[in-house]
Amino acid sequence: MVAAIASDDPVRGSTLTLREVSHCFDLEGKPLPVLDRISLQVDRGEFVALLGPSGCGKSTLLRLVAGLDTPTVGSLLTEGREIEAPDPSRVVVFQDPTLYPWRTVWSNVALGLEARGLLRTHRGRIEDALRLVGLTGFANAYPHQLSGGMAQRAALARALVNDPKLLILDEPLGQLDSLTRITMQGELVSLWQRAGFTALLVTHDVEEALFLAGRVIVLSQRPAHIKAEIANARPYPRHRGDPHLVELRHQVLAHLGLDATW
Amino acid sequence: MSSVVDEVPRPSEKPGFGFFAGSTTRSLLGGLSVAAAWSMVAALTAFWPDKPESDWAYTGSLAAACGALAVAIALGALAGVRFSIFERLQRLSPWLFALALFFAAWEVVTAKLGLLPLPFFPPPQAIVEVVVEDWVRLAEGILASARLLATGYFLGAAVGFVVGVAIGWSRLAGYWIHPVLRFIGPLPATAWLPLAFFIFPSSFSASIFLIALATGFPVAVLTWSGVAGVNSAYYDIARTLGATQRFLVLKVAIPAAMPHVFVGLFMGLGNSFAVLVVAEMLGVKAGLGWYLQWAQGWAAYANMYAALLLMAFLCSGLITLLFRLRDRLLSWQKGLVRW
Repeated sequence: MVAAIASDDPVRGSTLTLREVSHCFDLEGKPLPVLDRISLQVDRGEFVALLGPSGCGKSTLLRLVAGLDTPTVGSLLTEGREIEAPDPSRVVVFQDPTLYPWRTVWSNVALGLEARGLLRTHRGRIEDALRLVGLTGFANAYPHQLSGGMAQRAALARALVNDPKLLILDEPLGQLDSLTRITMQGELVSLWQRAGFTALLVTHDVEEALFLAGRVIVLSQRPAHIKAEIANARPYPRHRGDPHLVELRHQVLAHLGLDATW
Repeated sequence: MSSVVDEVPRPSEKPGFGFFAGSTTRSLLGGLSVAAAWSMVAALTAFWPDKPESDWAYTGSLAAACGALAVAIALGALAGVRFSIFERLQRLSPWLFALALFFAAWEVVTAKLGLLPLPFFPPPQAIVEVVVEDWVRLAEGILASARLLATGYFLGAAVGFVVGVAIGWSRLAGYWIHPVLRFIGPLPATAWLPLAFFIFPSSFSASIFLIALATGFPVAVLTWSGVAGVNSAYYDIARTLGATQRFLVLKVAIPAAMPHVFVGLFMGLGNSFAVLVVAEMLGVKAGLGWYLQWAQGWAAYANMYAALLLMAFLCSGLITLLFRLRDRLLSWQKGLVRW
């Protein structure tokens, strides 16, 4: 039953190409550059983490990928086509779960299907998505009755129910307590492995990036440019104490200029 | 759900000892003392003769009504030992007791001692007399007022809601409608009265326009502020999930704005009462407002009090109804907001 959302077909994800993407904000008449000529190629089904200091423009980059904003210069393509507007094949999970407080968990998860007029035919997927994130018993609960971790799971289900080809994760675990976070990191990996989507994760947590991603892109301070790319070929499931990961962590911190704390 | 509740042993089902028995006894004693207070009102009305030269026809009826109320309360209090549906009575008993004292005092200073000047301060039996003898005209008045109020209120609320959503959503609508709202909105609706009675074919349609205006303005302003204040992340979420503009308005903006809309509906309802009464006093030849005016013209102060009382029931009943509607529609707010 879960197969409706999570198939074992590994090539269900879409590709993502960023070509020389730069972006400026207009701050009281003065241009504020946030992204500086970022080029990136993400393959089908890849899990890529964007790592950088707070306020470096990571979230802006994700908004561009989602199609919520258009870049000042450069272009973004998925499957060879330019990204011009939001599309349900590219779903964002934001740092804040932002569930609609007037809808139950079930109707929140149903949002995407309802918006596209698929609710009648694909109703069963909602139950599947809730089961996938372990919220089966909470279908009729309202968001204010959920804990932070449960709300974020509901937000994840709301994304997954649309069978995304590219899942954009904007620090989705940033507001959770550290124990819930560790659990959810493991769950994210197994979801990604089963569903086969391409995942683009923004985080400022080095350990999280290395635990989840096959490739870590280190971004600089604003305006962000790519400082380093670190491939991480350790097999899943990964272990936090893995000496290879610890070594990679040292490398990443060095790129961020934080190795003095090692 | 009720089945679950039914399985819990009721405190009142095991009288005899403990805390619960104590509270049952207390509620019984409370209920009986309220009944005693109303019996006292009944006895006082019946056995203390009215001031000699007065001729109140309904003194006996009032005494009988108070006595009946006392019996009903006593039975309710006794039944409360067995049935918890009468628990509400216990909560009301301090108020019922205070009301008995108020009625006794009112009866004494008017009908019995004649301390307050007539006809401005009639005794309670005079009001009973009005309600019994003039109920046809009072009922007609209530119906006429309700019809006028309902038509005007629904019209105004609907237009105000649509206008509010339009200016909250569309830049163009905001540009053109907002200044009009800012300029004309603060004008009290009653200021339009002379003009409205002149322009509209009937005083009824003129009053509907005025009530709609008084209702529509706060509804429009609060709907607009609700729509404009919607968390932009709600729109981002819906857009990435493939929502159309129509979906964003109907399924995101409007539900998110509903708490504000209800504040507007409450304000509009209050405004509409004021305009209703003024319109009925100045132009419309029916309704409770008109009845008030008529009663004052004939110095029939008892009729006026009766009409005022009915008006209070009507207005507070409608407010309660709106609260019920809000609690039903905005049940998701439970635990978030309380007002």
